[in-house]
Amino acid sequence: MEIRIAGFGGQGVILATQILGRAAAIHDGLHATMTQSFGPEARGGACSAQLIVSDEPVLYPYVTRADVLVAMSQEACTKFSPEVKPGGILIVEQDLVRMQQPPDGVSVFCLPATRMAEELGKRVVQNIVMLGFATAITGVVGEEALENAVLSAVPGHLADLNRKALAAGLEAGRTCLRNPSSGMETGAIPGLAAGVASARAPA
Amino acid sequence: MQADPRAVLTGVHFLNGDQACCEGALAAGARFAAGYPITPSTEIVERFSKRIPLVGGVFIQMEDELAASIAIQGAAWAGKKVFTVTSGPGFSLMMEHIGFAAMTETPCVFVNVQRGGPSTGLPTLPAQGDMMQARFGSHGDYPCIALSPDSPQECFRLMIRAMNLAEEFRTPVFLMMDEVVGHMTERVEIPAAESIEVTPRRLTEKAPEDYLPYETETSKIGGSLTPEMAIAGEGYKFHVTGLTHDERGYPSMTPETQHKLIHRLFAKIDTAKDRIIELEEDHTEEAEVVVISYGITMRVAERAIQMARTEGIATGKLRLITVWPLAEERIRELAGRVKAFVVPELNMGQVVLEVERVTGGRTRVIRVPHAGGTVHKPEQILEAIRRGAMTVQGAGA
Repeated sequence: MEIRIAGFGGQGVILATQILGRAAAIHDGLHATMTQSFGPEARGGACSAQLIVSDEPVLYPYVTRADVLVAMSQEACTKFSPEVKPGGILIVEQDLVRMQQPPDGVSVFCLPATRMAEELGKRVVQNIVMLGFATAITGVVGEEALENAVLSAVPGHLADLNRKALAAGLEAGRTCLRNPSSGMETGAIPGLAAGVASARAPA
Repeated sequence: MQADPRAVLTGVHFLNGDQACCEGALAAGARFAAGYPITPSTEIVERFSKRIPLVGGVFIQMEDELAASIAIQGAAWAGKKVFTVTSGPGFSLMMEHIGFAAMTETPCVFVNVQRGGPSTGLPTLPAQGDMMQARFGSHGDYPCIALSPDSPQECFRLMIRAMNLAEEFRTPVFLMMDEVVGHMTERVEIPAAESIEVTPRRLTEKAPEDYLPYETETSKIGGSLTPEMAIAGEGYKFHVTGLTHDERGYPSMTPETQHKLIHRLFAKIDTAKDRIIELEEDHTEEAEVVVISYGITMRVAERAIQMARTEGIATGKLRLITVWPLAEERIRELAGRVKAFVVPELNMGQVVLEVERVTGGRTRVIRVPHAGGTVHKPEQILEAIRRGAMTVQGAGA
């Protein structure tokens, strides 16, 4: 499975991809290769990471046709959504991405991850919310593997907050899958119509 | 000798190649590094500078690469196992001191995480354009050992091997990584310290008054061509110079001394090359086309090899884990049997020149050059394999 997570520097794009890779490579016994690209800026520049997950050793290290794109910024969505393959999955941060025309045959899921993270108390965990959401939808790694990977990547005093963020994202993803109209828009233009109810974290 | 458990991060990790290289250095016993951090090699010394105070050792961020490449040599003579890391622009600046290390037989490792060049080129993007610079970059004649890892796991393993070879042969050893391998993150398994073999410094057991720093067993059959070291500051008096020197280490600028010294420097690597050369082969015996490459490019080529096989082309793989010295004998053997060699590299054609030389026109050699900045598309390599398979045998190049 070829996955790209993209956004701007400071959103935790690289860390989120690293956690997903660690979950796959260490906790789920899969092969995982992560690469990243970033601008010279420390924050605010375009930032993207790629993760190839497979049962077999990974040879080619880059995404050629993405199975999954997680776009956390408008620029990321515009730039990378054309590489998502038909039948692939596009996941967007709905408050930051306005999509005119989703690619053909791509399932689009959206989540206000940043808002949800703010409601949990800290905006920085939006990447973990998004990671939970994406994992519930794609099933790329197991939930237990993901939780282990998250907890080994964050400092101890933030473990609880991250656990909550992960649970919120996972729950939102599950809700989406159970009830497509709550957040999934296939071939439509999501995030535009006010009130497109995206899955929300339990308060 | 086994690795010091205090420095070995035994366990399963998710590390990039740079971080894994640093762990390899620590496991191999490196206790001094100096560097002038440069993308895409920075993470190696960044990690080393954090880890080394816990293990016991020193990292110095020097004023430039010239200083870094000579500071490590001072530390080597003071008894430490040492390395420095850089990328193309810094590697150019280190050339003078690489020659000094070769001439003075100072054990040290130079890690070059290659990026696009020439000059400052592409700081964050890959290339393999420094392969000939590693071989011939410093002036004068000297032999070279260069290893090329294709994954973070191999960065760990080959950094240990590079440090060990440097100690065994008292020569600069090059770990020729590239940006993709350096920044690529994968599972890295670090074994228990007791299963990591580490080559100790070849220290003399002679008394200070009997010790000659460049005395070897040249005249003895099977004797080592590598002299023994002493640790500066422990009572041994010796002179280390880049000038042509005799067994005492004193300048002796005669054709005879030069002949003896340079021939010995070459012979110490040449006589051990079967041990130094490490290859990975797959289906080379029955192949009509063999892809020869190294580092990240071999991984990409492997995708092309798989595609070629599904088309019915018997395709083999010869991965140069040790690039220098080149596996001349093996390449020559295969040259007599296969229709073509396909040699993809992230440069305009460097190691392929040597493959052509060794092949001597006996088989077709197809270059697959790339200016760098990313890796090949597997289809580019596949196309070259197809051309190779269509070669009429005996038609030569």
